[in-house]
Amino acid sequence: MNFLIILLCIILIAVIIVQIGKVSELASSIRGEEAAERDSNNWSARLLLAFLPIFLIGCIASAIYYYPYMLGYGPHESASVHGLELDHLFNITLVVTGIVFILTHIALFWFSYKYAAKEGQKAAFISHDNTLEIVWTVVPAITMAYLVINGLIVWNNTMADVDPGEDIVEVEAVASQFLWELRHPGKDKVLGARDYKLINALNPLGQDWRDEKNIDDFIMDTLFLPVDKKVRVRITAKDVLHNFYLPHFRVKMDAVPGIPTYFVFTPDKTTEEYRQGLKEYGGMWLEPADPEEPDGPRRWETFEYELACAELCGRGHYSMHKFVRVVPQEEYEAWLNRVEQTSYYLNNVRGKKNDPHKGKQLDIEKRFYEIEAAAAEEVAAPPVTQEPTTQEATAVEVVKDSVVVIENAH
Amino acid sequence: MAAVKYTEEEELLILEEGHDPHFHDHHHGDDKYRMSFISHYIFSMDHKMIAKQFLVTGMFWGIMGGLMSLVFRLQLGFPEESLAWLKPVLGKWITISETGVGSLDPEFYYALVTIHGTVIVFFVLTAGLSGTFSNLLIPLQCGARDMASPFLNMLSYWFFFLAGVVMFASLFLSTGPFSGGWTAYPPLSALPQAMSGSGAGMTLWAVSIILFVVSVLLGGVNYITTVLNMRTKGMSMFRLPLTIWAFFITAIIGLLSFPVLFSGVLLLIFDRAIGTSFYLSDIYIGGQALDYVGGSPILYQHLFWFLGHPEVYIIILPAMGIVSEVLSVNSRKPIFGYKAMVYSIAAIAFLSFIVWAHHMFMSGVNPFISNFFVLFTLIIAVPSAVKVFNWISTLYKGNIRFTNAMLFAIGFVSMFISGGLTGIFLGNSAIDIQLHDTYFVVAHFHIVMGVAAFFGMFSGVYHWYPKMFGRFMNPVLGKIHFWVTMIGAYAIFWPMHYTGMAGVPRRYYRFDSFEAFSYFGEINQFITIAAVVVFAAQVLFIINFFYSIWNGKKQTTVNPWGATTLEWTTPIEPGHGNWPGAIPVVHRWAYDYGKDGRDFIPQTEPLGENESESH
Repeated sequence: MNFLIILLCIILIAVIIVQIGKVSELASSIRGEEAAERDSNNWSARLLLAFLPIFLIGCIASAIYYYPYMLGYGPHESASVHGLELDHLFNITLVVTGIVFILTHIALFWFSYKYAAKEGQKAAFISHDNTLEIVWTVVPAITMAYLVINGLIVWNNTMADVDPGEDIVEVEAVASQFLWELRHPGKDKVLGARDYKLINALNPLGQDWRDEKNIDDFIMDTLFLPVDKKVRVRITAKDVLHNFYLPHFRVKMDAVPGIPTYFVFTPDKTTEEYRQGLKEYGGMWLEPADPEEPDGPRRWETFEYELACAELCGRGHYSMHKFVRVVPQEEYEAWLNRVEQTSYYLNNVRGKKNDPHKGKQLDIEKRFYEIEAAAAEEVAAPPVTQEPTTQEATAVEVVKDSVVVIENAH
Repeated sequence: MAAVKYTEEEELLILEEGHDPHFHDHHHGDDKYRMSFISHYIFSMDHKMIAKQFLVTGMFWGIMGGLMSLVFRLQLGFPEESLAWLKPVLGKWITISETGVGSLDPEFYYALVTIHGTVIVFFVLTAGLSGTFSNLLIPLQCGARDMASPFLNMLSYWFFFLAGVVMFASLFLSTGPFSGGWTAYPPLSALPQAMSGSGAGMTLWAVSIILFVVSVLLGGVNYITTVLNMRTKGMSMFRLPLTIWAFFITAIIGLLSFPVLFSGVLLLIFDRAIGTSFYLSDIYIGGQALDYVGGSPILYQHLFWFLGHPEVYIIILPAMGIVSEVLSVNSRKPIFGYKAMVYSIAAIAFLSFIVWAHHMFMSGVNPFISNFFVLFTLIIAVPSAVKVFNWISTLYKGNIRFTNAMLFAIGFVSMFISGGLTGIFLGNSAIDIQLHDTYFVVAHFHIVMGVAAFFGMFSGVYHWYPKMFGRFMNPVLGKIHFWVTMIGAYAIFWPMHYTGMAGVPRRYYRFDSFEAFSYFGEINQFITIAAVVVFAAQVLFIINFFYSIWNGKKQTTVNPWGATTLEWTTPIEPGHGNWPGAIPVVHRWAYDYGKDGRDFIPQTEPLGENESESH
């Protein structure tokens, strides 16, 4: 309703303005066209001159105001190694283009004001100037060459695939309308084969169970990654295009059905370290995360890295949300020990009609029996949890003898 | 050769009828071109009438596209406010929650975003801009009686009209218009089960685009032929005004790139209708594994952007041409570096064909390929920079007249700088990793090819309005239009850079599912309010436009702006055939302003004895 009123007001204003236009035309014919034109010309020149500082100051002031929210600035440092280089490149480009932006705008509006038509003034006849034109062809060319070279070095470093045999963590992100399924290869570090024709309600990723690499693969609800270790994400989609987007890590790559893509990056800040950075920055990060709970956790405490979709994929495109957790290596391994038991195969296929390994003793099972035996000696079994939400983190604290202690910031 | 001397009576006649050294010799035209209402206003073959048809149709689509953006901006800026008041218009696309808050259906939100993009890019800024001014100015400024083929020219408009009718019809489908983004990437656009808009909506979208391509090709062939073959005596290529150069090269780009879109869309139709797998492979959707194998969605992106990138130059080059002309005329100075301007238009046009994959750095193409596209993309900055410096130098030591056309031309230069510079970020693939598909991109292309192209169009409309209608638009309303649009457009798009730098992705219906994207409620409200104000200013422009057709100040002299070019040698309201007598002969380039102490020297005036043609 408010909008309707606003809209009506605007229409009314428009009508008034049209009347002003008509009146002004009448007035100018009374005062004499030439005088009116000279007047209006002077006004335009002055307004253009006034626009210049207001515009430039507005640009700079607003940039300062939003500085704490922009990635790469304020508390939002990049959380990956290549991200720092990207941010650096961004800043170089910002300085170069910033200078050009300010200088050209000053020239544009100053000349407009300075050379506004005046009585008795005549325009100079200047058709070209070869020297000047060569200068302003060559200077941008050199600047661009500098930016291209810098950019391509960073680009080729960032996009390089891993070398065979390199010690990395490989995970798979499978996108579909409208969710991410994150597959961890398990301890064998190799993702098992998939075929889209095998996808069904009991096999959401279409894993081929004949491939033994699939046996220890498990689905993560949160993307768990160790810090300072190269991660290769295999990115693919089941139905339409999606895009694997980790804003804090400067990672973005389309998920294409039929054509697996990848992105290699190294997270260099754990979630906890990032939170500490936000805390130190202060400001809004010290406010309560939930305004209705003034004594609840602060914003920095609830911060999580996020995974989003950045390629239009249908009506739920804006809701393809997952958390990303970066943890120290030891914690990662402890987590891996715990969650590998959620292997999709062992829990849903093993022993069933369609189990191609029926009757065969699997290595992973032997390992699990040993772990179970060891765990039986412990007082309490660790709960299987992956959710980095605060509730569950507190739940972990309750279990005192838990093998795994998810550090909590409280 | 000295100027022809006329008697006083002849001078008067020329004033009324336009330039014509032999006007009493053969006064043809009137009988031959007399027309009925239908052949004059509807199925007209007169390039001037077709230009007006393109302009008015373009304005209709501009308003439609603008209204669509207002609706989705309201949803984005005020997600908690109720949009229930739009229910009488949008019907089932407004869903009312239990608490009584009406909000836009996400699917329809995407439909609005998609159709907004499609119609503004194709119908407004291609047909409405290039179609209008190429038609109006090519024959007038080259010195031709009409296009090479007036009949094809008429068909060109009617194919455009038909494309519009089909697109308009798709708005009323029960499954909604196409909603997969103006780029229509498959598989989303290929599979009806992926989104309801990908059903009949997509079929109509594809048909509309194909009709539109036909329109562009018919127009383009005509523009090129006319410029090459029908220039008047003495009008060498390097005597052409920059407007014609821009339209000419634009038509060439269009002719080379639109057929590729045509084939891309055709293959998409095959995938949809007859089960081919050009773009589809390994798809599991709606609980079903589909049979398509071996296709590549990326192939479509290549075909699309092979048009899509040149398309942005198809949009901006005519605006550049118009602005070059308007800046020069109103500074009373020659355009600075005429030949450099021509070469830079040509360079931009050439480069525009080898940069398309810079839209696809993050789409899964081999990262090695991107090296070439980064290089060529950033090279485009050089001719673009040359153009900007030349425009600014044109102002230097001028005697500037701030007509509305001039104000919009200056605004164009400002927008082109602002939007062009952010292209340097995006064209560098490494930075694009972070900025790709964020609001930074939205800000970039809206400023550089949206707002800037609109400014070029406004500049042209204000400048050549007297040529079209024999009257002037109201200057005060025009100035209000300019200032509100200038400030308002920056208010809309400048803050989007910040949300983009914060990583907020484009094409999000809501931002609250992600903590990282949820901090910009204020910015989004501000942008929405600015958009409403700017839209109101455009309504003002439309009012001014139609009001002035009948009530504007009458044009009393044939050459109100004191311009050198040929269109101002025609009568105030030129009939079919443009010049009542013989076509004028050209003796010099189009930019002799302020030469030898004279305010301007028309192109029709022969060179003086010791005068050299200087450019």
